[in-house]
Amino acid sequence: MFRSALRALALLGAMAAGPAVAPALAQDHAHEAEELPHTHFHFAGLFGTVDRSAAQRGFQVYKEVCSACHSMRLLSYRNLLELGLSDAEVRAIAATVTVNDGPNDEGQMFERPGRLSDHFRSPFANDQAARAALNGALPPDLSVITKAREEGPQYVHALLTGYSDPPPGMTMGGGMNYNRYFPGNQIAMTPPLREEGQVEYADGTKATVEQMAFDVVNFLQWAAEPEMEARKRMGVKWVLFLVILGGLAYATKRKIWANVPH
Amino acid sequence: MSIGLHNSAFKNPVIRWVDSRLPIFSMMQNEYGSFPTPKNFNYFWNFGALAMINLMIMIATGIFLAMHYTPHVTMAFDSVERIMRDVNYGWLFRYVHANGASMFFIVVYIHIWRGMYYGSYKAPRELLWMIGVVIFLLMMATAFMGYVLPWGQMSFWGATVITNLFSAFPVVGDSIVTLLWGGFSVDNPTLNRFFSLHYLLPFVIFGVVFLHVAALHITGSNNPLGIDPKGPQDTVPFHPYYTAKDSVGMVVYFIVFASLVFFAPNLLGDPANYIPANPLVTPTHIVPEWYFLPYYAILRAVPDKLGGVLLMFGSILVWFILPWLDTSPVRSMRFRPIAKWFLLLWGIAFGTLMYCGGKPPEGIYVVLSRVATLYYFAWFLVILPVLGRLERPLPLPESIAKPVLRGGGPLPAGAMTKPMEKA
Ligand code: HEC
Ligand code: HEM
Repeated sequence: MFRSALRALALLGAMAAGPAVAPALAQDHAHEAEELPHTHFHFAGLFGTVDRSAAQRGFQVYKEVCSACHSMRLLSYRNLLELGLSDAEVRAIAATVTVNDGPNDEGQMFERPGRLSDHFRSPFANDQAARAALNGALPPDLSVITKAREEGPQYVHALLTGYSDPPPGMTMGGGMNYNRYFPGNQIAMTPPLREEGQVEYADGTKATVEQMAFDVVNFLQWAAEPEMEARKRMGVKWVLFLVILGGLAYATKRKIWANVPH
Repeated sequence: MSIGLHNSAFKNPVIRWVDSRLPIFSMMQNEYGSFPTPKNFNYFWNFGALAMINLMIMIATGIFLAMHYTPHVTMAFDSVERIMRDVNYGWLFRYVHANGASMFFIVVYIHIWRGMYYGSYKAPRELLWMIGVVIFLLMMATAFMGYVLPWGQMSFWGATVITNLFSAFPVVGDSIVTLLWGGFSVDNPTLNRFFSLHYLLPFVIFGVVFLHVAALHITGSNNPLGIDPKGPQDTVPFHPYYTAKDSVGMVVYFIVFASLVFFAPNLLGDPANYIPANPLVTPTHIVPEWYFLPYYAILRAVPDKLGGVLLMFGSILVWFILPWLDTSPVRSMRFRPIAKWFLLLWGIAFGTLMYCGGKPPEGIYVVLSRVATLYYFAWFLVILPVLGRLERPLPLPESIAKPVLRGGGPLPAGAMTKPMEKA
């Protein structure tokens, strides 16, 4: 719905703008893999907002599962406050990591517990360390992952739930896993969400694989576009204002031109 | 010229004092107030003003972005995301700037097409048109370098592909590329010089736009009929008539702009540019921004690298000589029953090239690109010069005022019934 609504909107714009942009919208970056199944997300649509409980659960999935391999270096712990976690909760989360700081007055580097202002701690010191630990594969930073893939949220959701045995006759590379939605179908990431109850949700939601995938996508989408709610709210105001202004401008124009024979 | 004070018509003593010494108020009044303007403009005549506004928006948002942006390969990507996350309304500035570039090209493409359809490039407006082509080239350079700044995968690989094109030129090619790069590959020096030039060029554009408008105010505007105004009955003062009409167009433009910025800010962008640049990983499809796709298609339509590069540059340079390629005495396509269709076809060829530029260079897309490229050039180099001599234009109306008063000149029915203009 959201996508198609957006496309329709953009097409409208494109029509107003002449045929020039239409082809660009049709531009494809074909995934060689299967077509994506469609999941409805609360953040979709012109008025869609962040489903805070899903996104909070999603953060838990990220923290307990994905963060073993994936960094989210563009986020800071303080950002979690916008997700609806309490100040005390966020401080506690930040304090669980150890941060290198310094130099202090004696010129020494020292370690301290994380603070609100610290960026999310990365699991590996650098790309080489990640590759060394993961069979040569490099897990991408997830801060903007849903913006960095075509149909990002749908794609990530499909990817996380798209693992299965390879079709007969397909030879897999060493350490590779079959995934229906990954381009080329061979992905180095082992299925991160494999069984029900992998995380234990505090709100009692049943942690099925589907549920965890859904939740973590809600979180990742929020992380990629933390401005989304403010942006859409402002957009609605602007468009309403402009439509009214347009009516006034048009009426004024008619009035002014009324006495010109043309 | 006599020495002394300018004889100002303004009553307000302060304005009068300034105006007598530096007649900027008189100038504004003459050029934008009382300036006699053909009274039969349609809404296509809004797009020049829109382009002007767009340029100002780009400069304003760009200056704020530059306050927070870091032109270094290790920091550029993160600094743009920091603008989006931590700078107050940074996301707004960035999305307005990024989508503003697309809006700019939409507006300017329509503006150019308007010029082609109504023959605005013909005498006496040849130089005005040529200055416009210079603006377009500067815009392309500016947008190209701007796209490199966020240092995503498409930034890096787009820059690599496009700068490499210059190596096709014999003898000087490699030196040009080294100069563009500031080294032996696209790297930090490239990013630095692109940032510097990206900041500079918009102000150069501003200067050239000034020349564009100055030239316009010598020749006066063309109009949908393509005939010259014969007297006051054919014109209205720019203000309030066209300030009012431009305001309507401006609001519509802002609605489209706002829809993109607030509801689909990344629609026209490539997701790959949210992946930090990585010289070791080549994306599967390297595609430029949508507004460059037609030229990219022309480039790839030619099997020979140098040939492709020449044709690509030629596809815009040929606009410079358009005033002399068109041999028809009539300006507006409304009175050119055959050329009109050929021009429409040219528009379709342009659209086809844009479509093919976004597709992989294989199979049907190459064939389509070649046919469209051939027609693109044939229109300018063969059809226009020849057709101007053969075609029999429809009879022109006597004056702008005449056909407008119902039952006037021998105007084809279609020309009068544009509901939008009736307002
Ligand atoms: C054991 C380490 C590990 C864990 C845990 C892990 N990943 Fe990955 N992930 C990887 C690796 C390695 C890659 C790179 C795969 C490749 O390029 O073949 C990857 C790639 C990805 C990609 C990018 C796929 C693409 O299109 O390029 C996404 C999205 C992703 N992971 C999401 C997640 C999420 C969400 C979680 C948590 C639920 C998670 N990962 C947990 C190792 C991991
Ligand atoms: C002719 C007018 C201009 C055009 C067509 C233009 C175009 C662009 C484009 C296409 C981008 C990349 C957008 C993205 O994907 O992020 C960009 C980025 C940028 N531009 Fe401009 N620009 C113009 C004027 C300016 C001016 C006047 C300045 C500074 C004074 C400026 C500063 C920047 C900066 C700092 C960036 C990088 C931040 C970013 O990527 O969002 N631009 N520009």
